[in-house]
Amino acid sequence: MPWIAACSADDIDNEDLIRWDHGGRSYAIYRSPDDDYFCTDGFCTHEAIHLADGLVMDYVVECPKHNGQFDYRNGEAVRLPACKNLATYQTRIENGQVEILIG
Amino acid sequence: MSHTNRDYALLGRDAKLAEEIGLVSAQWYHTDLPRKVMKELMQRSDRPAIRDTIILFGVMIASASMGIWLWPSWWSAPFWLVYGVLYGSAMDSRWHECGHGTAFKTRWMNDALYQIACFCMMRNPVTWRWSHTRHHTDTIIVGHDPEIIAMRPAVVARLILNFFGIFELWGNAKTTLQLIAGYMPETTKSFVPEPERKRAFLVARIWGLSYLATLALALWMQSILPLMLVGLPILFGSWHMVMTGYMQHLGLAENVLDHRLNSRTVYMNRISRFIYWNMNFHVEHHMFPMVPWHALPRMHELVKHDMPPAHPSILSAYREIIPTLIRQFRNPDWFVKRQLPPTAQPYRAEYHGDLEPGAPTPGIAGYDNALRPVAAE
Repeated sequence: MPWIAACSADDIDNEDLIRWDHGGRSYAIYRSPDDDYFCTDGFCTHEAIHLADGLVMDYVVECPKHNGQFDYRNGEAVRLPACKNLATYQTRIENGQVEILIG
Repeated sequence: MSHTNRDYALLGRDAKLAEEIGLVSAQWYHTDLPRKVMKELMQRSDRPAIRDTIILFGVMIASASMGIWLWPSWWSAPFWLVYGVLYGSAMDSRWHECGHGTAFKTRWMNDALYQIACFCMMRNPVTWRWSHTRHHTDTIIVGHDPEIIAMRPAVVARLILNFFGIFELWGNAKTTLQLIAGYMPETTKSFVPEPERKRAFLVARIWGLSYLATLALALWMQSILPLMLVGLPILFGSWHMVMTGYMQHLGLAENVLDHRLNSRTVYMNRISRFIYWNMNFHVEHHMFPMVPWHALPRMHELVKHDMPPAHPSILSAYREIIPTLIRQFRNPDWFVKRQLPPTAQPYRAEYHGDLEPGAPTPGIAGYDNALRPVAAE
């Protein structure tokens, strides 16, 4: 399984996320309040709305359309209408780059 | 003469057609705003909602107390009117904002006010949450939006009776009784997921007991006074909710994917904005539903260059709505297509922005070709 360089660590603000498209799929990469990095699938599991326009509050990302919320550290759906968890991916920082392990 | 036969039923004929042509769960037009600005606008805050909630419950307690004190004299009537509009209209906007999860920053406060507002409006907190979720996914898409309040052509008697809360109370009481009995119509099941349904039944049963206790107290007291506090205010206090609710979408386009074409922003007085919790900025709310009520005036200033001009008053909005509803009796495809300012992005065909008033609406299957209307009257 390859580690893929997705973006510079500085591309993402603290307590925020960006969209990352790769290999025909879309992902969301997060920078937590503690400057840790996480990656999930990009689209809300409730409806196909991209989370990149949503708000990050601590360790939760909110879908910008319907208020479904996920803990982006483990993908757990924590508020309706999101019922299904998000897939998550491992991240690491190498030479200032955020790398994602794509399975 | 009606040229079309629109099928507004969820799971109905036009629901299938709308899905076939890509109107369902679609991508909608959005005004571009920098990410930093959007993040700032979406920030939650407890302070404005705590302030307004203290005022709301304070005035409700004071007006109800005066109403009880002066009961059964007619001098109590003005106090019941104040209590009623807060119970039957302000609670609607609190239900709405808390349903979006944007009223407060603190989640328990949001959820607590949501439950209280749902109880007042006799709206099941489970089914109505999911109904409104669908309204935001498929806003004014025929056959998919369960919250279209005026069909084309409109049923005038129904629109008038709504001001007296008749259908609100009757409809919600009927739904509550169905849920108490463990029955959920197929149309409701179409937007409420299976794991959620048991919760809807449970809440309806708890509330059923509360309403029954109020009724029993009224019978024991040989007085309708308990019902003046719980239940009946929907009848004499919903008028403001209906007045503002009609301005949201009536007379505007159906089956388009641009909220500038199907929603209306109206400037109004401070009292109405308190009752309505800023939902008069309705285009903005639909375009960016996670922006809290207290940030909508700021959002309006940032996006108004890309919007049709806001109506300057409630009267102005009704001057547009009423003639349009009358014209829809002759041609149900008629709607108001509001002009955009030169600074705005134009209406675009991929969002069905090329739909012209009077032209056949995409996603409506019920056209009689012999009577098919021309594009412009």
